[in-house]
Amino acid sequence: MTDRQDPGEILSAPLIIEYPFKRTTGPVIGAFLTGLRERVLVGSRAEDGRVLVPPAEFDPVSGEDLTELVEVGPQGVITTWAWVTQPHAKHPLDEPFAWVLVKLDGADTPMLGALAAPGIEAVSTGARVEPVWADEREGHIDDIAHWTLVDPEGGRA
Amino acid sequence: MRDIAIISFDQTPARRSVPELNEVEMLMPAIHGALAKVDMTIDDIGFTCSGSTDYLAGTAFSFVSTLDGVGPWPPIQESHVEMDGAWALYEAWVKLQLGEIDTALVYAYAKSSPGDLPMVLTRQLDPITVAPLWADSVSLAALQARALLDAGKATEADLAEVAARSRRSALDNPNAQLAWDRPADDLLADGYHIAPLRKSDCPPITDGAACVILAAGDVARSKVSRPAWIRGIDHRVEPIHLGLRDLTVSESTRIAGEKAGVAGGEVDVAELHAPFSHQELILREALGLGDGTAINPSGGALAANPMMTAGLIRIGEVASRIWSGEANRGVAHATSGPCLQQNLVCVLEGEN
Repeated sequence: MTDRQDPGEILSAPLIIEYPFKRTTGPVIGAFLTGLRERVLVGSRAEDGRVLVPPAEFDPVSGEDLTELVEVGPQGVITTWAWVTQPHAKHPLDEPFAWVLVKLDGADTPMLGALAAPGIEAVSTGARVEPVWADEREGHIDDIAHWTLVDPEGGRA
Repeated sequence: MRDIAIISFDQTPARRSVPELNEVEMLMPAIHGALAKVDMTIDDIGFTCSGSTDYLAGTAFSFVSTLDGVGPWPPIQESHVEMDGAWALYEAWVKLQLGEIDTALVYAYAKSSPGDLPMVLTRQLDPITVAPLWADSVSLAALQARALLDAGKATEADLAEVAARSRRSALDNPNAQLAWDRPADDLLADGYHIAPLRKSDCPPITDGAACVILAAGDVARSKVSRPAWIRGIDHRVEPIHLGLRDLTVSESTRIAGEKAGVAGGEVDVAELHAPFSHQELILREALGLGDGTAINPSGGALAANPMMTAGLIRIGEVASRIWSGEANRGVAHATSGPCLQQNLVCVLEGEN
């Protein structure tokens, strides 16, 4: 390798890339997103009977079209989680929070979300959670602003 | 099947950042080093294949400019995969099996440093239901680690043992980026990075490049005294949604290992592309590797993790130990995607 240059001498310039595409969501993902706008969560029923959330357009085992939508949730349980002490500016929450995989009631596969919680000790696998909806919803995954713990008595923690 | 061997390998020293060189300048020493070791030039190569990604380079078709590194005039036969170089090696192996060429050169590179790597990697997630959440690569790995701990298949101490052993092994690897000797107990005293992972459970961010040369039959024998023969190679991918997978196992690695014939003999050495400490445990189980196998004597991806390159380096590290006679039979593994989504397994063997 060539002799290293002093980093102070290296010219550099910012390069910011954007990909301004419009995506077509189709009838299955489109139904999921439309549901979010109405505060309804749906999954799709796979050929083996499992309910997949988010819904899949094609069966993950056979590849066949999946068309049957099933309402799920809105509550569910944490199947695994990770605690973020220093959120990134792009993360859904500004305060320390937990990433969670949530298996919604009636679903067989979990989906990813950000859980607001008072601290790491408040989070555990198996804990019940529910979505906190954005005030203004537009048919986007961010319509779920974040998730929150549900206390065992039935109310929010 | 034709007998195909790995006959040469070179890599650049792994560094946190290589700001003074562009990608092709960084890559050149690896290509020319690998060619020089077997006294070859690009004119002796039948097919060239590379692995890299535009998302890290920040420009479209970035691999075209790095072709300058091999000197593509007169025009050469070439291909590229937007994947780790281990998959470029697979394509070269298939091409060699067709029988029209006897040699192939495979290279891979990435500057991981110019962007915000864990955030760049979120762009490989489902674009509609997951990517907008900006769940970074370390957070997703932490979800997998928690699942493994919850399942009772590992403890945080087990993770720390992997982290400590890998950096200790890296002390013998002049190309490693992170090499140190700290006992596992000491690592456990550190606070969490993204719980349950500590910084020591995570890979460094690395700029680097590597190159491997393949040759068939007698061409391989004419170049090196003990070629590292590819006895089996296979790769498998799993669904994009984490929720569709059992994160505590790697079914794709298990199947790839079975197809590649890992269980067909003793495994002296295994180089596993496990960027996070807990992933080594998952991979060992999936490949059925026991205590008789030396795992990641190079230090693995925990010691140096150049994106798109660390998988190809695993193959080169195993081949190097077969050339030297240190190992007779070894397994190299490469991964791609979040939480071990896609996996390649290659079985290499020397002739006695």
